[in-house]
Amino acid sequence: MTPSKKAGVGSPRSGAKTSKTKKKNGAGKNASKVILAATDEILAHYPLEEASLIMVLQELNDQLNWLPPKALERVAKKLNVPFGKVQGVATFYRAFSLKPKGKKTVKVCTGTACHVRGASMLVDELKRSLEVEPGEGISEDGNFSLETVNCVGACAMAPVAMIGDHYYASMTPGNIAKMLKKEKPE
Amino acid sequence: MTSSNGKPFGSVKNLLKRAEKILKERKKLKQEIRVCAGPGCIALGAKDIHKELCKQLDDHKKELEAAGLELNVTLSEKCTGCHGMCEAGPIVTIEPEGTFYTGVKPRDTKKIVEKTLLKDQLVDPLLYQLGHHRGGGKVKHYADIPFYSLQLRVALRKVGVVDPTNFDDFLAEGGFQAFAKAIAEMTPEDVIDQVEKSGLRGRGGAGFSTGRKWRSALRVKEDRVWLICNGDEGDPGAFMDRAIMEGDPYSVLEGMMIGAYALGATDAWIYVRHEYPLAVEHLQMAIDKLTNAGLLGENILGTGMTLNVRISRGGGAFVCGESSALMRSLEGKVGEPRAKYVRSVEKGLHDEPTVLNNVETFTCVPAIIDKGAEWFASMGREKSKGTKAFSLVGKVKHTGLIEVPMGRTLREIIFDIGGGIIDDRPFKAVQTGGPSGGCLPAGKLNLQVDFDTLADAGAMMGSGGMIVMDDHTCMVDVAKYFINFLIGESCGKCVPCREGLYQLYDLLNKITNGEGKPGDLETIETLCHTMEVASLCALGKSAPYPVTSTIKYFREEYEEHINDGVCRAGVCPKLIVYHINDDCNGCEVCRKHCPTNAITGEKKKLHVIDPDLCISCGICKSVCKFDTIDIMSGGKIVSRDVVA
Repeated sequence: MTPSKKAGVGSPRSGAKTSKTKKKNGAGKNASKVILAATDEILAHYPLEEASLIMVLQELNDQLNWLPPKALERVAKKLNVPFGKVQGVATFYRAFSLKPKGKKTVKVCTGTACHVRGASMLVDELKRSLEVEPGEGISEDGNFSLETVNCVGACAMAPVAMIGDHYYASMTPGNIAKMLKKEKPE
Repeated sequence: MTSSNGKPFGSVKNLLKRAEKILKERKKLKQEIRVCAGPGCIALGAKDIHKELCKQLDDHKKELEAAGLELNVTLSEKCTGCHGMCEAGPIVTIEPEGTFYTGVKPRDTKKIVEKTLLKDQLVDPLLYQLGHHRGGGKVKHYADIPFYSLQLRVALRKVGVVDPTNFDDFLAEGGFQAFAKAIAEMTPEDVIDQVEKSGLRGRGGAGFSTGRKWRSALRVKEDRVWLICNGDEGDPGAFMDRAIMEGDPYSVLEGMMIGAYALGATDAWIYVRHEYPLAVEHLQMAIDKLTNAGLLGENILGTGMTLNVRISRGGGAFVCGESSALMRSLEGKVGEPRAKYVRSVEKGLHDEPTVLNNVETFTCVPAIIDKGAEWFASMGREKSKGTKAFSLVGKVKHTGLIEVPMGRTLREIIFDIGGGIIDDRPFKAVQTGGPSGGCLPAGKLNLQVDFDTLADAGAMMGSGGMIVMDDHTCMVDVAKYFINFLIGESCGKCVPCREGLYQLYDLLNKITNGEGKPGDLETIETLCHTMEVASLCALGKSAPYPVTSTIKYFREEYEEHINDGVCRAGVCPKLIVYHINDDCNGCEVCRKHCPTNAITGEKKKLHVIDPDLCISCGICKSVCKFDTIDIMSGGKIVSRDVVA
């Protein structure tokens, strides 16, 4: 996971994407207000010291689905930790995302049990059909992000994919299209 | 769920009294229905089954009462932790008969209530079919299923038995008897003595003697000792600690409380893996309950003992399962390990003395105090006492969670308990110990599993993941998989681990792509040796094991990849081609699904795959209903099943 270079930008790939991004930046002022308000709200629950850093970032990530640079700056300032250190922690742990995500995230379990039953073929097929890399980018329609997780503990149903709380058991490359169609947000 | 009418217990006597009272009430209980709510069963809809069951019980209330089964008095229902046999989930059991229902659906609950509870008849289709590939009979009780009858449960003793959210339930099953005994009848020295004599070794991987660790912490004369429970179970394919934390959180806490009493620790942390939200929920519930009941906090049971337990959710970094990295993470820092000459019992968390043990280790402690060190030491082998929980997964028939005495052979575990390989294919290897472990071949099936035998064979006990592989698993690909996993998880602090892993991956990737050169294997071996010797922490030192063990036992597979460009398992995409055989009836399904239009053919006529357009995605094979698509490598058919 490499930190995103620009705030709020996913991975611009086509012209259509860029115009969408511009639109986002237009409403950017409001969005950053929301982000900062959420950050302050979370910070209020913790002692303002370095030891709180991971827990604050976890709550932020849960709430916003990612860690916007603005929020990280605010956290660094309030906890009195150098920004570089905050960035270091945010990039180190898998639980944190430094890029915005799609409306839904497809998680493919790549634990060993799933791997020996063909999880890598699922990842390849999702990469191809969504045109995203695991942990990076949002599908063209803004609906899906892709992630791999090490083990979801449902090895009996391997290989497993998860969207939200729902488990898709014994997946094959052939029924991925069906799963995505079913999960497509309104 | 009120434990002591909302008031703290105040004394050991009160706690024991309360436990006695609950036991008395429980004696009225004629039947109990247990719905498995382990991760596997929840994924298959266990929560809906429980909801529907409660509704059915309510609907049949009058009839049940007429049969002498009064709800919540003589008949009760509950969600428990993992029963272990995830393959057969969702599981519902009925006690005391031990009736075992598998693959239950919400609509089946009506039959269970009407037939089994009211008429004492079994619901035949829900019974477990013994050896379903050999046409064996149906089994009524789980005690008769080899999967269960060959196990011995110590750490998992209450998982699948108690309702993890119910404190009274835990008391009824003998919970906190050990803590009461320790705090009332034993000195801290006695407790450590017992743990040491039991021969308990750390269940997290390294296998260090728990008693000795505790004793050395006691020798450090400092005011404060931290106690940490390591629940950062990061090994992919391992979920023992998860099952314990979710299914029996009180036992984990009881073990920690006994440890805290022995060590004089007043502050404790439980570090739980980021991906286990339910474990956090259940542990937090248990901590709150115990604090209200006066079993945690200040002046515990009126003895003056103080213990505060807090939970920290990990950040999802595998390396944080390493103790010193975990401590940095608890301090809010990047989880980098440090060199081992600094001992955590002297300088651990916040540079203060710290004792860290694994979830399973802590869970064994109450059983040892309760039944005595001799009892525990009577199980297992000379240097590895007691039992060990494993998650048995991969290409094995009975995927699930098991616990056996140390010293059982791999063959007993995989073939007797696990039921053998899916579709009765040939066994190829078993991988133990997670990403730092190794792969053992068929020749090692008679190995008696304990800490030392596994290490001698080039594998590792680790936390207890056991991944079974058949002839459709490519060993080079498995080695590459683990190295790729470790690249993502290496903290990057020391060069041998950080750069060594990248170089290893690069070489393995070339080999699986058919670009390997003679001499590559020797380069890999040199690299592995350097990493083993020069890395800073256990992650780096053991990182090459998946590679060295696969080269040791499956060298010819590597050589085939390099010299002949053949992947005999039919896994490595660059070395295989998909081919439609003559059985094709021209149903057109594969052609419609092919993402690159590589398949051509007319209706009801043989279809053909254009190898230049084919990207080996495997979709055609997974959608073909007639199994007419073969995988070829080196001109031979090596087909593998996409779905096990």
